[in-house]
Amino acid sequence: MIFVPDPLHRRDLHGSVTPMSAAPDNPWLSWDYVQRNSADITEALGQHVSLTVEAILIATAIAIPLAVLAHLRPRLAGTVLGVSGVLYTIPSLALFAILYPLVRDRRVTVLTGLVMYALLVLVRNILVGLQGVDPAVTDAARGLGYGRWRVLLRVELPNALPSIVTGLRLATVTTVALVTIGVIVGYGGLGQLMFRGFRSQYHAEIMTATLLTVAIAVVADVALWLAGRAATPWSRAAVA
Amino acid sequence: MDVVQEALVWLNDPLNWTGPDGVPALTAEHLGMSLMAVLLAALVALPLGIWLGHRGSGGTVTVVVANATRALPTLALLLIFATTGLGFGNRPTVIAAAIFAIPPILSNTYTGLLDVDPAARDAARGMGMSGLRSLVQVELPLALPLVGAGLRTSAIQVIATIPLAALVGGGGLGVIINNGFALQRYGQVLAGGVLVAVLCLVAEGVLGWGQRLLTPAPMRARAAQSRAAAA
Repeated sequence: MIFVPDPLHRRDLHGSVTPMSAAPDNPWLSWDYVQRNSADITEALGQHVSLTVEAILIATAIAIPLAVLAHLRPRLAGTVLGVSGVLYTIPSLALFAILYPLVRDRRVTVLTGLVMYALLVLVRNILVGLQGVDPAVTDAARGLGYGRWRVLLRVELPNALPSIVTGLRLATVTTVALVTIGVIVGYGGLGQLMFRGFRSQYHAEIMTATLLTVAIAVVADVALWLAGRAATPWSRAAVA
Repeated sequence: MDVVQEALVWLNDPLNWTGPDGVPALTAEHLGMSLMAVLLAALVALPLGIWLGHRGSGGTVTVVVANATRALPTLALLLIFATTGLGFGNRPTVIAAAIFAIPPILSNTYTGLLDVDPAARDAARGMGMSGLRSLVQVELPLALPLVGAGLRTSAIQVIATIPLAALVGGGGLGVIINNGFALQRYGQVLAGGVLVAVLCLVAEGVLGWGQRLLTPAPMRARAAQSRAAAA
């Protein structure tokens, strides 16, 4: 399933080619399509989910120490946020186009791009969470004789948890949508199906892949929200 | 063969900087499409945001709109548009980009009007201004920095989205990347990626500068605050 666009027909395609909807029936929703292509759909779905999960796990593993570092050394915070802001301005398509020629591996390219964007969202949210901890609370911990690291681990990080979860949810939902841009290098999970459906004007294929992508995002978002609630029992009464 | 060198060669080839598929022409097309998309989005989002913010209700609407568009991939909407009656190329891309540009404008306009000091609103009414006059002469000017920040955010987002047009036979700078992949000329792909990235960074800088220039001095602190909050 290698993506081969056709540059020579770019100008010709402006309206002069009519979609091949002459076929008798081209529904947007078709259970028949799902049944006959279940193998393809499962593969694309698996690719999509595994890319998302891996990207979020790697990004979290990097983001937490980075945010902690920026929090402990406030002078670094400006630099970290500035650099992440600049990187975030670069569109995913351009990033994939820059990475692929250098890496020459489709999965690594997409994964690296996804990790970068998730990382930026996560670092920002974790840092905001750490900086938003009530100074009275950290003062109290200090007064109890907590060292700097103990304050961080036992007081600041738990208190920052709600905003870490918010960051995780935002990063995950964004990543699920971003995976589809991977079609540019031929590794876009469900985006691959969408694009194949577009090239063959197969409505059901586009719609099925779209609905599945949105479903992944919604399921992941709700799961993380529930996990966040379970992890912060103290904030439940306040929020509700 | 070094890809970076190939990219440099591509960027230094005068042929790539002239003609209908040259970098300047594609950049102009890219910016034209972006402008179109932002105008379309503003046409929908500004009146809606002003109305909701002026009434002081509808916060849920803006949040729901923002969340719904975040979960839906731009590519999906673009491909659906390109498959239906909208035709291939630039038109579906502009419309898809416009739809995704609505939430930042909508939420910033809404928040901007909602955050207007009630005392200012009261004073306007007390001076005998009608609701509409208070909106136009008092509330809108006060909300302007936030509205501007929303337009800026959406413009950057649109410029970053437009390269997808190349996937559905459209124009803009994405064409360089797309053709590079098709011809397996990875130096060209790299060059195209760098060009798109540079365009976005320059646009971000220029719009930020323009916004600062257009914001009256006393309001600058507020605009900076709102941008930090949006980020």
